[in-house]
Amino acid sequence: MSDRLVVSTRKGLFTIERSGGAWRVAGADFLGDNVTLFFHDQRSGHDYAALNHGHFGAKLHRRTNGRWEEIAAPAYPPKPEGLIDRDGWGKDIPYSLINIFSLEAGGPDEDGFLWCGTIPGGLFHSRDHGETWELIRALWDHPKRQQWSGGGTDWPAIHSICVDPRDSAIVRIGISCGGVWETRDGGKTWACRADGMFAAFLPPEMSRDPNLQDPHCLVQSPSAPDRLWVQHHNGIFRSDDGSASWREIVDVPPSSFGFAVAVHPREPDTAWFAPAIKDERRIPVDGKLVVTRTRDGGQTFDVLREGLPQSHAYDVVYRHAMAIDESGDRLAFATTTGGLYLTEDQGDRWREISHTLPPAHAVRFAP
Amino acid sequence: MARIVFTANLERHIDCPANEAEGATVREALEAVFRTNERLRGYVLDDQSALRRHMAIVVDGKPLRDRVALSDPISAASAIYVLQALSGG
Repeated sequence: MSDRLVVSTRKGLFTIERSGGAWRVAGADFLGDNVTLFFHDQRSGHDYAALNHGHFGAKLHRRTNGRWEEIAAPAYPPKPEGLIDRDGWGKDIPYSLINIFSLEAGGPDEDGFLWCGTIPGGLFHSRDHGETWELIRALWDHPKRQQWSGGGTDWPAIHSICVDPRDSAIVRIGISCGGVWETRDGGKTWACRADGMFAAFLPPEMSRDPNLQDPHCLVQSPSAPDRLWVQHHNGIFRSDDGSASWREIVDVPPSSFGFAVAVHPREPDTAWFAPAIKDERRIPVDGKLVVTRTRDGGQTFDVLREGLPQSHAYDVVYRHAMAIDESGDRLAFATTTGGLYLTEDQGDRWREISHTLPPAHAVRFAP
Repeated sequence: MARIVFTANLERHIDCPANEAEGATVREALEAVFRTNERLRGYVLDDQSALRRHMAIVVDGKPLRDRVALSDPISAASAIYVLQALSGG
């Protein structure tokens, strides 16, 4: 079990530790700064924190032996003179790092190898623990990339990166809005893999186009990697064939709209979601903060509320703000209104760790 | 040489004391500073070397006109202030 939880917030990076059965805020880094992501690399022991300063841009920091240092952030190449590069809605795409939106390790056989997804839609990799970054040109130069668009952000956002535990060369990414894309050769070639998803907000002739989908979050079952879950703008989707096809999970109480999803490390049919009212309002249904859990692949759901605020709660859980530890029993989520909640029994009972943190972007368990 | 002053809020992230630099344009003067402080570049300029969207530069009391090429002319007596725009914070 993980006894350490790291919460990335609008005003700093907070470490929560378990001691004597209680979880307490043990420390804060980058206090006052906008920390958008945290990632612990189990292979090297490095911690990484992505920051986005309102004025000074997106930055990346790495902690080694307890000391943070700023390292290179991914950078876009010079935009060729005269090139017209527009997104799916016809807006000019900036060749500039707007935000670091996902950061994950390569496979266990790829020491030092990192993947980084960004806004406005560039995927990068590093071979040297983040010292240098390289844009994945095969994806950036793919003609279908120009059909992507922003979803909740001004520009396309690569928010999820799943490295297949069976083969590190197989990587799937989730894009708002650009569907799910897969490489089977370490990034040299890519294909869109979102057949079966649909977007009700688009005109009928466009709604089932895989490349226009808005998956909010993509996770892969570590124990059955052909099983993937997506919390989509339009509901919940499941794949049983390694993202080749997707089917919608229906009749999800109290709502199938949300951003976050977590899957159990050993039970591919068990997953958790944080529902909200679709989609312009984005608040919990009836002001009651709940988590939904399925144990049967989405046929039925439990609505988990014990220990969560059930009156006038207006928390939203962002896509990176729910996490599960390696035991599968501990989950935590943090909210836009500064709540941090944790369960040690798969969600049957929750405890409030804090309700006064800054607005939360992301949560991760760490050793 | 022109004098270049950076917003004090940048000092919280990166060492950037007031500097003096030679150059005929804002770009030339800033590049002279960045040559000795490469990390500072990314806090002031974006990936395409244009002024960051939420940054501002004032040259001798006037806002920078060319935010992309930074071609505004300066003199040896110029004062260049690199500031935060009142947006994006």
